Amino acid sequence: MTPSTDSGSRKAAPASPKSKAIRDNREKMLERSMSRHAYAGNALIEVLHTAQELFGFLSPALLRRVASKLHLPPSRVLAVATFYNFFSLKPKGEHTAVVCLGTACYVGGAVDLVQKLEHRCAKVGATSPDGKVTVQVARCIGSCGLAPAVILDGQILPRVTPDQLDAVIDRILASPEAAPADSASQ
Amino acid sequence: MSVKTLKIDGEMVTGRAGETLFNVAWDAGISLPRLCHVGGLSDVGACRLCVVEVEGQSKLAAACVTPVEEGMVVHTNTERLREHRRLLIELLFAEGNHVCSVCVSNGHCELQDLAVQLGVDHVRLRYQHPKRGVDATHARFGLDHNRCIFCTRCVRVCDEVEGAHTLDVSGRGASLKIICDLGEPWGQSETCTSCGKCVQVCPTGALYLDGASVGEMEKNRRFLQYIVTAREKREWIRKG
Amino acid sequence: MTPEELHQRRDKERAKRSTEEDHLLCCTAAGCLSCGSEDVLHSLRDAVKTTEANVRVSGTGCLGLCSKGPLVKRESDGAFFGGLSPESAAALVPGRADLVDRQTLAEHRIEPTTPFFALQQRIVLENAGRTDPERIEDYILADGYEALSKAVTEMTPEEVLSEVKKSGLRGRGGAGYPTALKWELVAKQAATTKYIVCNADEGDPGAFMDRSVLEGDPHRVLEGMALAGYAAGASQGYIYVRGEYALAVQRLEKAIRQAERERILGNRVLDSAFAFQVDIRVGAGAFVCGEETALLASIEGRRGEPRTRPPYPPERGLFGKPTLINNVETFANIPPIIRKGGDWFSSIGTERSKGTKVFAVAGKIVHTGLVEVPMGTSLRTIVQDICGGVPGGGKLKAVLTGGPSGGAIPESLLDLPVDYESLSKAGSMMGSGGLIVMDDETSMVDVARYFMEFCMDESCGKCIPCRAGTVQMHDILARISRREAEPSDLEMLAKLATLLKETSLCGLGQTAPNPVVSALRYFREEFDEKLVKHPLAENTSRTASERRE
Repeated sequence: MTPSTDSGSRKAAPASPKSKAIRDNREKMLERSMSRHAYAGNALIEVLHTAQELFGFLSPALLRRVASKLHLPPSRVLAVATFYNFFSLKPKGEHTAVVCLGTACYVGGAVDLVQKLEHRCAKVGATSPDGKVTVQVARCIGSCGLAPAVILDGQILPRVTPDQLDAVIDRILASPEAAPADSASQ
Repeated sequence: MSVKTLKIDGEMVTGRAGETLFNVAWDAGISLPRLCHVGGLSDVGACRLCVVEVEGQSKLAAACVTPVEEGMVVHTNTERLREHRRLLIELLFAEGNHVCSVCVSNGHCELQDLAVQLGVDHVRLRYQHPKRGVDATHARFGLDHNRCIFCTRCVRVCDEVEGAHTLDVSGRGASLKIICDLGEPWGQSETCTSCGKCVQVCPTGALYLDGASVGEMEKNRRFLQYIVTAREKREWIRKG
Repeated sequence: MTPEELHQRRDKERAKRSTEEDHLLCCTAAGCLSCGSEDVLHSLRDAVKTTEANVRVSGTGCLGLCSKGPLVKRESDGAFFGGLSPESAAALVPGRADLVDRQTLAEHRIEPTTPFFALQQRIVLENAGRTDPERIEDYILADGYEALSKAVTEMTPEEVLSEVKKSGLRGRGGAGYPTALKWELVAKQAATTKYIVCNADEGDPGAFMDRSVLEGDPHRVLEGMALAGYAAGASQGYIYVRGEYALAVQRLEKAIRQAERERILGNRVLDSAFAFQVDIRVGAGAFVCGEETALLASIEGRRGEPRTRPPYPPERGLFGKPTLINNVETFANIPPIIRKGGDWFSSIGTERSKGTKVFAVAGKIVHTGLVEVPMGTSLRTIVQDICGGVPGGGKLKAVLTGGPSGGAIPESLLDLPVDYESLSKAGSMMGSGGLIVMDDETSMVDVARYFMEFCMDESCGKCIPCRAGTVQMHDILARISRREAEPSDLEMLAKLATLLKETSLCGLGQTAPNPVVSALRYFREEFDEKLVKHPLAENTSRTASERRE
């Protein structure tokens, strides 16, 4: 995978001069990733990985650009992008909570955690109406020794109980904005 | 080219090396049930209706993607196969929204014909009643996702014969969907040439000519044979 | 690097180590990292700086006892220390025992003679607790790349192949196809371009063996692939890693860079005429890509849909070229086989299953973690003796092997030796090696439903039986769970199971019914008990529910 820029890029860039500069840079990085693969159609998945890392999600305009640069039919690009769980066609919330539903976590009570998140934030795969939290599930993150596990913004929370999760959600919802330092530390 | 001799349902038949069981059986007058195979397009072995028993093999083989081999002994119509095929047809009926009485293809539908032929008179499974839409934005054709069985014939003809690759499949598993370009309405597609080949190869009423009413949508895919033959003989190249 | 330089490097490293007083190895695999082993590692490094002692501190691969993380191993006496805080860990540094009292440290201590460690035999995981995965020098010190050097200087490709054949190694990815046969098929292809592909798309929920190997010993996998390339005549390798395994990708990238810099990989492998390079491809979240033809489609940038075989990948694989696909653990077994000989390897294990197998044990069990045992070890030894059984005095009910393609082995069959044949005879399969322990609170109907939901979500949708059949089977299982199903539904469940097994296009669909079939075979009464019975049928099914009381 290509090194990602600061993860502030996960958010849609607001129209300020500074973020404009970041945006241009991101497009250059995407271009570089495609040229490193010699614009070969078989690098589609690698390129989509890079695009999503840079822009946070795969917008129609982004898919169209990738399709034309790699000389692929647009429908094939969409077909591939929708096949894999990793690719998101919609922008994500400020925070992402992923509940592991691997067997060990399932046996350990992960379903209660999903219900808790669905109750408090959003359905699985959706983002809460205020744009704060995106709820996702994963099929085993390979941390079975820590079951049940939740990944909050890339950090694994081991052996989570519904009450602990409640507290975590309280904390997230209480913070007015994602603090810049918070996202830079990832 | 070497010739292979084999036995299908007790008949001795011959085929060329590399030919599929399906085609060899077809030439011998045995028509296997199928929904994804269509002569002239690549085979994907997706519908599994043409599965046959090959003696000495524990697994069933999909005839459309199995090359013939010397000395094969093949059974195409055992009770076990008939039961599997019936259940496969039932799965399709339960998966989509197939209401024959209001369908443009009623009476000319390959799915309906197979159900009749295999004796599927009722469905023992729970209907899923998926909420799928209809795309009626194209000036000449319509796409009713409710009747789609994901045989991908339209996708293949669009790519392999027309060369447009307007159509593809998005999603996976039970949420598959036929898409145009980046998921735009068909009428807004920039790549569609409006050739209509997809409509003609569609086995059900999922793709139809605009304006067709119940039972009116008869399909004709003989054009495929012309194109494929012409390609093989290079007839489209002007001579002299 | 020439083979001589390789040996010099190893001797130099060895000389350096002999002057050191002790070596503290902190587990930096994903499990321990998420309990804070990084802080422990830093704390150890800081503590060393405050003393005169010449002590080496390293990160290392998965030590196995994930439930006791973060773990540290002390080389001088082989003792392990678990559940360490950064403060208590610092006291392990010689001369800094003043940091915590003796009692506290003793509480963290786990003897190497405890059954968890003593009953294991490590080949694949031999470097966990010995080397730092981020340093190629550590791997070289542990006889790394010795096998590759031996192969390119002293052996012909045929000799490498025959050594693998002698070892009796079988694919560790699930079905257990003899590795040498696969290699031979690729080797005899005339094509000039061939590929070696390492399947690191470990998707079974509850299995993390391959992840640990990639994170803990990435060079071993590279060496195994290079040896395969030498034997089969391929000069390009790909590792297809699950997208979720970011740390594994990172370590592999580093390892490839190191090996290329040292000219161990590249145009002239160890100064020989053999060329081999490895590229990483990162998956994007699709379980079906563990199926080999789907994996190849994914590397080619397409939807990960399996295609029918034949032609098999050894004839027509990646980009239409002959391709050898093995999984991580299989490749990890190759270097010691070449180094120590096939006969040595085949002396371990059973008649038809040779060597060791790594299992990831999780669920209702005292010691969750990674266990490597010789083939033929009984499930009871693994679950009861090594991993300490069910916690809190609960009763063990079944062990699930093989993930969503496997099945449940009931308590009564726990004395079964684990090898490919006996597991499939019991209605399960080896799979990649996940073992999930269930206690008597676990409902087998729910477990069957869970796995069917998994297969339903992960079905690519290409063929009808898998796409629509998993939906229907899940529907029936969910209704049984909710006590809404009738006996006729159970009959249909069995019919669908046969349909999926016999007509699905690929392994995912063909094995999807396995957990259901095995649950029905061993725990039928749990299903019967939940069925809605018609008043007249009441009497006949009483016995089943009575047995449960």
